[in-house]
Parts: sequence; C-alpha cells; structure tokens
Amino acid sequence: MRRADYVIKRAFFALVTIFVAITTNFFLFRVLPGNAVTDLARVPQSSPQLRHALIVEFGLDKPKWEQYFIYLKQLLHGNMGVSFGYQQPVSHLLLTDLKNTIPMVTVGTLLAVVVGVSSGVLSAWRRGSPLDHISTNLAIFAYAFPTQWLGLMLLILFAGVLPAGGMTNPFLFSAEPFWQHLADVGQHMILPAATLMLTAYGSYTLVVRSSLLETLGEDYVLTARAKGLPVRRIVWRHAVRNALLPVVTLIALDLGYIVGGALLIEVIFSWPGIGWSMFTAITQRDYPMLQGGFLILTVSVIVLNFLSDLVYFRLDPRISQ
Amino acid sequence: MSTSIQDLPIADGLAPPPRRRGFFLSVLRERKAAVIGLAIIALFILLAIVAPYISPYSAAAQTCHVYAPPSMHHWLGCDDGGIDMLSELMQGGRISLVIGFAATLVAMVIGGGVGILSGYFGGWVDVSLMRVTDYLLVIPDLAFAMVIADLWGASLLHVILVIGILEWTTTARVIRAQVMSLKERVYVKRAKAIGAGHARIIWKHIMPQVGPLLIANTVLTVAIAIYLESALAFLGLEDPTVTTWGTILEHAFDRTAISSGAWWAIVPDGFAIAAVIVGCFLFGQAVEDALNPRLKVAHLSLRRWTIRTLVGRGADAI
Repeated sequence: MRRADYVIKRAFFALVTIFVAITTNFFLFRVLPGNAVTDLARVPQSSPQLRHALIVEFGLDKPKWEQYFIYLKQLLHGNMGVSFGYQQPVSHLLLTDLKNTIPMVTVGTLLAVVVGVSSGVLSAWRRGSPLDHISTNLAIFAYAFPTQWLGLMLLILFAGVLPAGGMTNPFLFSAEPFWQHLADVGQHMILPAATLMLTAYGSYTLVVRSSLLETLGEDYVLTARAKGLPVRRIVWRHAVRNALLPVVTLIALDLGYIVGGALLIEVIFSWPGIGWSMFTAITQRDYPMLQGGFLILTVSVIVLNFLSDLVYFRLDPRISQ
Repeated sequence: MSTSIQDLPIADGLAPPPRRRGFFLSVLRERKAAVIGLAIIALFILLAIVAPYISPYSAAAQTCHVYAPPSMHHWLGCDDGGIDMLSELMQGGRISLVIGFAATLVAMVIGGGVGILSGYFGGWVDVSLMRVTDYLLVIPDLAFAMVIADLWGASLLHVILVIGILEWTTTARVIRAQVMSLKERVYVKRAKAIGAGHARIIWKHIMPQVGPLLIANTVLTVAIAIYLESALAFLGLEDPTVTTWGTILEHAFDRTAISSGAWWAIVPDGFAIAAVIVGCFLFGQAVEDALNPRLKVAHLSLRRWTIRTLVGRGADAI
C-alpha cells in the first residue's frame, strides 16, 4: 500500500510540475513584457493592415486567459505552432531533434557515470595516496572548467582526426549498408559525448568517494572484515552497492545541468538536436521553435526526474517510511 | 530588587549558542582547503581592482597583429582584433566577477528570504514557497536563462537578474532546514514566551545563526553565477559591448580562433574561470563542512585497516 502511495504522490507531483512548466512557458512568451509579443507582429516596413492581420492570425487580440486556453488545447493535440524559420510544424521538427539529442546525451551520461564511479571508488579505496589526490583534483577541475571550454579544447586537440561538427557525413550515400551509417554517427558522436563526460563526471567522482568513505566506516564492513572476507569482495559487494545510492539522486539532480551542458555542446559541435535548434531559434527570432524546445526540455527533465524517483525507491525501499 | 526575566539564571542548553565570532578564523586555521580557496578568490578580486593600473595594454585598442602568438611583449598573445589577451582577460575578469557577485547578491536576498520565511512560518507559506523552489530546481537552468535573456534582450543587468532569479533555490532549501531546527530551540521559544515579535526573533535570534551558512552558500553561488554567465555569453546573450570571460570564449569560437590555431585566445580564459570556481568551491565547501559536524566521523580506512579520524569531507577531498 505504502509503495503505491509513494508512486502516486511522485506522479502527482510530476504532473503538477509539468502543468506549472506549461503555464510558465505561456507567461514567458505571451504575458510578460518582452520581445516575443511585440516581435510577432513586427515585420519590417509592415503596413498597419499587415500588422493587424498578423495580430489576428496569432490570436494576440484575444484576452490573455482565452489565449491561455487555446494554448493548452492546442498543446493537448500536439500542436506547438509553426516554425517561422522552417515553415513547418514545430512538433515535427523537435521530434527529429529529440531523436538526435537522446543518443548523444545518453552515451555521454553513461560514460560520465562509469568514469566517475570507478575513479571515485579508486579514490576512496586508496585514500590519501597520490592516486587519490590526482583523481580528486582532476575531478574538481573537470567540474570547474566551463563546458564550452572543454569542448573547444577537444576541438583543438582532435580537429582533423575526428569529425568536428554535425552528426553525419553528407557524402555518405544512403545506399551504403546500415552499419556504415551507424559507424559514421558513432564517429561524429565521440567528441560531443566525451565533452559531456568530462563536464559531468567530476561530481560523480566526488560524491562516490565521500559516500564510499562513509560506508566503509559502517559496522557491517567491520563485520565483513572480521569474517575474513577478501578486501575486493568487501569493497565491491558490500560497500560500493550501498555507496551508489546517492549517485542515483545526483543523476536526477544533475539532469538540468546535463541538459544545459548538452545545449552548449550541441552548439559547439553543430549537433542537430534540441539545443542546436533553440540556439538557431534565438538567432533567427523563431519564437515558436524556442518556446517548443524549452517546453520539451523542461518536460523531459521532469519526467526523467520522476523515473529516477522510482528507481531510487526500488533500490532503497526505506524512503517511503 | 527587581529582576527582569533576562537576568534570571539560565539552565544549560537554554541559552542561545554563543555567537561564533572567530568562526571563520577557526575554519581558516583548521582547513588548508579554505585558505587556498580564499587566497585564490582574494587574488582575483585584487587583480580585478587594480587591472586598469597594471594591465600592459588597453583592452579596447589594437596593439598587435590579429592572432599574434604569445611573445615577450604580449605574454598571452593577441585575439582576433589584435587586442592583447592578457589585458583583455583582466578587463573581462572585472566584469565577470561583478556579474558573479551581483547575481549572487540577488540570489542570496531571494534565497535567504524564502528560506527564512518558509522555515520560520511553515504551513501554507512553506508549502507554496517550496513548490516554486522545487519547480525551479527541476527546470534546466541554462535553457530557462537562455529563454529569459533572449526575451528581455541582451544586457548586463538582464544577465545579472536572470542568474539571480534562477540560482537561489539551493540556498533557500539549506537555510530553510536550518531555520526549521533553530525555531524549535528552547531559547527561541523563551524569546517568544516573553513577547518577542516575529521580526525580532528572526532578526536577533535566527539571522545570526544562519549567517555563516549563508556566507558558505554565497561563495558557492558565485561559482555557479560565473559559470552560467560564461555559458550565456557563449550563446550570444551577453551585452555585445562588454568584455567578460564568457564573451572572450564566444569571440574566439565565432571568429575562427580554432582553425587559425590560436589556442592562446582560448586556453588562459578557461583556466581563469576554473581557478575562480575552484577557489569558491574550496572555501564554500570548507565552511559548510565546518558547520556540519555530522561529517566528522571515524572511518575505517580500508588500506591499512585502522580506525582513523576524518577531519571533514571538504578538507579531505583535496
């Protein structure tokens, strides 16, 4: 019963947050004074008639609350408007972008978790050794360097060796076998994913290290030692498993940060994902695109947060008590 | 002889904890990391103050060839406009630090206020304020900042406000937790019993105890603010007329520093940002750990199988 309660509570919270996000999105672009509203109807050298026609077309003459309900209704139908730049439905464009962003972010995050956890475990295991110092200091600096700077460094170091921009090789024929296309995308993904890894792994290292140090002080570790279990087994089977719990929380908390990092990375490596689209939307004053991209990013982070709550609950049933 | 309530003898544990006047001094004395962190921050603030007097060239005028490599005259080379990189970095640091501290001030006022109100009053005030906090915590802040900065238009003030509005959430949560435990202490209840108003209790009894925590959070937030500013500037959302550490990277990226092989237009800038962030991180973390004695626990060191005392997570992490 408790378990269902917990899930329902978290799901309700996620839904409310999504609703708040949608409302904020409406307010930002339609209600607050700013460029969005004025620019929609501002075509250079437009006649008053054209301006009026545009205002009517976008429904800007209607009262705000009516605009809000229209916005909600259209969102429910999956309509996010038409991109000014591409003259195509925003939802279609963003869906393609999302399909490009997800693999890159997933690979980068997984790499960050693997590198972060292993260096954190090594640090805690060999606490106080030169290895520990090197690994913690590297982690702190990797965390401190701006994401875009790390990306530029990789560009300087590997330009020419690895593809520096885009997601596919435009000269690759579509008739080539599937695996060749996959290898091509994989090659283009190395630098963006590596940048994401560098920018995110540091915090995992530090958290795993301190959490493992704390775990190693627990009585059951002493018991395991007293039983005569080998060190390797104590660390991996007894301590690390428990020390990893905070990492799940951290991944959830870091999602916003990772999305922000991914945004910058997509701009540097012209990766055709949501971040890249939002960036070009800003330069082209393509407000429907910017609004849609922001909404999709926000909603995905909220949903992923909800999922990580569920994972955490599965790993540690104590939290519902 | 009439005695007022204040003069009555106070039982142990009922008095407010002593004001920790020497608190920061003791943190500095005990933790090497705090000293290093503070030294880095102080160095950069000092450099920012004296920059106009010591920078070798003007940060606005062309003094050498486009992307001239580092030399005896121009230690860090030159950028795409023939401007001395070292002078530009000093000028950029001034603005970046101002943005970092100003945005943090905004964030601390909001975060401290929300945290204190939320923790002290509880009830619906707490619930509604924490909902807003949760929402802002979840939302990807760079994307949010990007949207607001774009809608408001690129300017220094907007960048400061945007960062301030987004980065108060962690502070609010930390302060709230502290206030919630403070208001249950006996000395606060005593103050209430003798008729102190909310304002007086918050100002005289809660604030002094929350202060050090707020300072630790301030320093940590400065790091985030500088980080976020550099990202916003990189996306072209900074006032185009100012030079910050963020715009230096943006210009280098936009104006073919990489294909020209001009690494000197990129590398030192990243180190400057990272140094300030590490400084803030070391100092803020050390203060926060000193305030949280829970972390001072004995640990079983695996390597030698002896019980050792951990002096604290932050100092130890370095």
